[in-house]
Amino acid sequence: MRDADFEIFRDYMKKSSGLVLTPDKVYLLESRLLPVAKENGFSDLADLAVIIKQGTDAKIMKQVTEAMATHESSFMRDGKPYERFEKIILPQIMENNAASKKIRIWSAACSSGQEPYSLAMLMKEIGAKLDGWRIDIFATDISDHILDKARDGTFTQFEIQRGLPIQYLVKYFEQNGEQWRIKQDVKSMVRFQNLNLLSNIAHIGEFDVVFLRNVLIYFDVPTKAEVLQKVRDVTDDKGFLVLGGAETVMGISEKWKLLKGHNGLYLPADGNFEALEQKCAGISI
Amino acid sequence: MKTCLVVDDSRVVRRVARQIVEDLGFECIEAEDGKQALEQCLIKMPDCVLLDWNMPVMTGIEYLRELRKVEGGNSPMVVFCTTENDMSKIMEALAAGANEYIMKPFDSDIIRSKFEQVGVL
Repeated sequence: MRDADFEIFRDYMKKSSGLVLTPDKVYLLESRLLPVAKENGFSDLADLAVIIKQGTDAKIMKQVTEAMATHESSFMRDGKPYERFEKIILPQIMENNAASKKIRIWSAACSSGQEPYSLAMLMKEIGAKLDGWRIDIFATDISDHILDKARDGTFTQFEIQRGLPIQYLVKYFEQNGEQWRIKQDVKSMVRFQNLNLLSNIAHIGEFDVVFLRNVLIYFDVPTKAEVLQKVRDVTDDKGFLVLGGAETVMGISEKWKLLKGHNGLYLPADGNFEALEQKCAGISI
Repeated sequence: MKTCLVVDDSRVVRRVARQIVEDLGFECIEAEDGKQALEQCLIKMPDCVLLDWNMPVMTGIEYLRELRKVEGGNSPMVVFCTTENDMSKIMEALAAGANEYIMKPFDSDIIRSKFEQVGVL
């Protein structure tokens, strides 16, 4: 790939999705975009770069953005965030929202739906304690293609085996040949929507907890700061932010602060840390 | 060191599984069928069992039912690892006392994730 073409793709991806592409990602770029080029009748990436530079073909530009997005996901990924949700986040939200009896969850960059569906299944498992509560699980991604898969709720044998306890498979999935489809009562708990985290997100509402795991790692520092600010703006003052275990806000944003001893779990910086830390004292995760 | 009993009539599968469970830090014991596996358990109960379904002499499900009847036989975490992928078979395995279920083909990530779920990792 010519340096000039790489720069066109690099600049476009940064602008369209915040994704930072360094020169060592040329191979990734070629492997993801060659199929897009061929699909549109181009022989190589140089022609595709011309289209991107012109910036007039919205369909192809969207295809490029979608092709470069990373869709790594699994059910109950990493385990601990779900334990923290059940033992720390949810009880606190239920205390905060005892009057409204509403729980609002945002799974940002939800990929093919494993995270929001895992949360929905977890809520089902909690059961009677949540009777009378209205649960809204809002799940977004930048890719229409991956959202179609998420909405369909059908997963391969390989996908359902990564992290999903077998009892959950039996209870919440139906078998369809070699595929497994999530049951309607779980599916209906989640609403999916296309959303670019770099766009104006103020209209999406307010949430008690935002799952933004393994997303910031793809952004540069200014973009991370921008996204963290936007997420703060749509999070309740007593709400929570869940990041990936390897992600941090340190040196990036002063809007969020880590809950001591709980990697990846953040509260608004002016939150009541002392009270929550006391409540969490006996909880080992 | 925790022990894992790998029960499969295929030498190739046992070899692959041995490599994975040893990489996960287990001492690996092997058995070719359910009868051999039961004999091993009567000598010393392993911490976990990775268990095939279809085997000669004694099948995986027959072995599991017998295992759960003997003294101390409730302690090993049993993870089926089989080509049987029907919901009815999964439910049968759970009813017999299986703790987890892997549908072949498997890889090290799947085994690790299932071992974590049953608490042996």
